[in-house]
Amino acid sequence: MTYISNCPDCAAEIHLPADTMLHELLPCPDCGAELEVLNLNPVELDLAPEMQEDWGE
Amino acid sequence: MSDLRIALLVTLVRPEEKLLIEAFQARGVEPDIILDRSVNIDLTAGADQLAPSGVAWSAYAVALERCVSTSRGMYLQAILNSWGIATINSYATAAVCADKLLTTLALAQAGIPQPNTRAAFDEESAIEAIEDLHYPVVLKPATGSWGRLLARVNDRAAAEAIIEHRLTLGGYAHHTFYAQEYVQKPGRDIRAFVVGDETICAIYRTSEHWITNTARGGAASNCPVTPELNDLCVRAAQAVGGGVLALDLFEDPDRGLLLNEINHTMEFRNSSKPTGVNIAGCLVNYAINAAENVVMSPEAAVSTR
Repeated sequence: MTYISNCPDCAAEIHLPADTMLHELLPCPDCGAELEVLNLNPVELDLAPEMQEDWGE
Repeated sequence: MSDLRIALLVTLVRPEEKLLIEAFQARGVEPDIILDRSVNIDLTAGADQLAPSGVAWSAYAVALERCVSTSRGMYLQAILNSWGIATINSYATAAVCADKLLTTLALAQAGIPQPNTRAAFDEESAIEAIEDLHYPVVLKPATGSWGRLLARVNDRAAAEAIIEHRLTLGGYAHHTFYAQEYVQKPGRDIRAFVVGDETICAIYRTSEHWITNTARGGAASNCPVTPELNDLCVRAAQAVGGGVLALDLFEDPDRGLLLNEINHTMEFRNSSKPTGVNIAGCLVNYAINAAENVVMSPEAAVSTR
């Protein structure tokens, strides 16, 4: 089963694979925006948090 | 499914965290995924308060820290360790690795070969430090990652400009000048992965740019783990407190391997394929072993606190 949703930035239709996880980071295949999966049932996507100065390894 | 309770502390589920969750599930463990942004902890109370997962923090045998936010991850490690909950890595290890200056000190105390490095806190002394090392020199923020704000300083004019910019535009963290000699590496560096007391694999990171981070486009290929590389990496990992660590090394034509820096929340999405090593599986085995030791013998958790 795959999930279908829309990019919150460009509205493109996005097909999410069946193994998509909650809070997973995904790129929009159309506009490249980084998206976060906020809910799986029903699918809810939002723009991922912006990178912060202390992000890293 | 196992009844081991393991917390996975995350900012987001990146490819690494997804691989880790799948590796836990393959071992029959369903980790509780805890978002750092959802945490609301009473610092004056103890570990019996509820985590965002709905269970008490004290129920967790181990927490695997995978926050991309360094500050959030370190504070969570500090809090959990203060309550006696083991984390991977420990706060003590993370605090050293998150600060390049402290890492250099720890490696120096352990006699680990590393590039010549100096610290200064003032415009004039920073110029002196850079010129003591001889141009070119690399100026790095003492804290930071992914190659951000590294500056290769080729001459005095560049040094003066960069120092002035840091003093004028940067926060106080950028007013510490951490200057490292520029190592004439052969178009690549080495990223080695240490899990416990073993270097499980390593990659070369090759780039035409002097910054070779894979986050900046460096290409990954397998680097054989020689006894020399393994010994140096394990000793360096122990010098900063041990755990699950990614070490960056330079190959100096005269001095051999030099330890550059150590990362305590390793990224590995590009490294399993070229090395053929299931890095996520190794991390998960280490975490599960630590959790089982805690369950069987709570005092064993000391080694991972």
